[in-house]
Amino acid sequence: MTFIDWVSAPVNWVFAILGAVVLFSGFRVVTSRNIIHAALYLVGALAGTAALFLMLSAEFVAWVLVLVYIGAVIVLFLFGIMITRAPTGLDEGLSSDQRVLPALLASGVFVMMSWASIDAFGTQLVGSVGEPVPTEIIGDSLFGRFVIPFEVVSFVLLAALIGGITLARRDLSPAEEEERSAV
Amino acid sequence: MLLSQFLVLAAALFAFGVYGLLVRRNIVLILLSVELMLNAVNINLIAFESVLATPEAIGHVFAIFVITVAAAEVGIGLAIVLMIFRNRKSANVDDLNLMRW
Repeated sequence: MTFIDWVSAPVNWVFAILGAVVLFSGFRVVTSRNIIHAALYLVGALAGTAALFLMLSAEFVAWVLVLVYIGAVIVLFLFGIMITRAPTGLDEGLSSDQRVLPALLASGVFVMMSWASIDAFGTQLVGSVGEPVPTEIIGDSLFGRFVIPFEVVSFVLLAALIGGITLARRDLSPAEEEERSAV
Repeated sequence: MLLSQFLVLAAALFAFGVYGLLVRRNIVLILLSVELMLNAVNINLIAFESVLATPEAIGHVFAIFVITVAAAEVGIGLAIVLMIFRNRKSANVDDLNLMRW
């Protein structure tokens, strides 16, 4: 497959646009000097990813991503930012000054991973954009072959729920404790 | 669509996550970088599923598991951040030197 072939397929233009959105947002998440902007750029990266999932006929996972990440996780992050009273304006102290070594390491990771993927799957084609995988199949799979992992994950969520409540609860001082039990 | 174009995109997103994890000082931003890395993993899972087209949609199921665990991780992580902030009045990892040799 030559570059001309690649460019002449309209679906690749869509991929290029979405990929640019995802990469730009991802880059701004790690470089933005405003903490709120970083969280909001993550929304852009996740929305682009969800659109990529739609291209790859993973309709259900795309909407799960939108609901869980953009709907819940980002809100949680914004709460976390507000509660910890992080400086919401421009702040130079959000990133460490030693950036060369992390940048080198990250580019090394990128080069190694992309070289390995291109070497292994150079001309492998993805199935063209078409029918989404029916949610029925995913449901059957979740409650059939993967029912034990499903239960384990539900237990993880329960543990996270209880752990979150226990950690975030404010412990009462002995005086307050006495006052409360007296009532 | 080539498979490797999705894999390279995911690799780039993962590399951004690694960079953010190492460079950021605020704990909330470090958690954001972790989310970026988990998202890159999800792209890989979905891309491979689209090639292999397993009859049980295994790639999709695992992507859903990753999303669920990431949500749990954020809940616990932010509770810990809240706890640290309450005790140390800071959400900066440079201030947390209690467990340094």
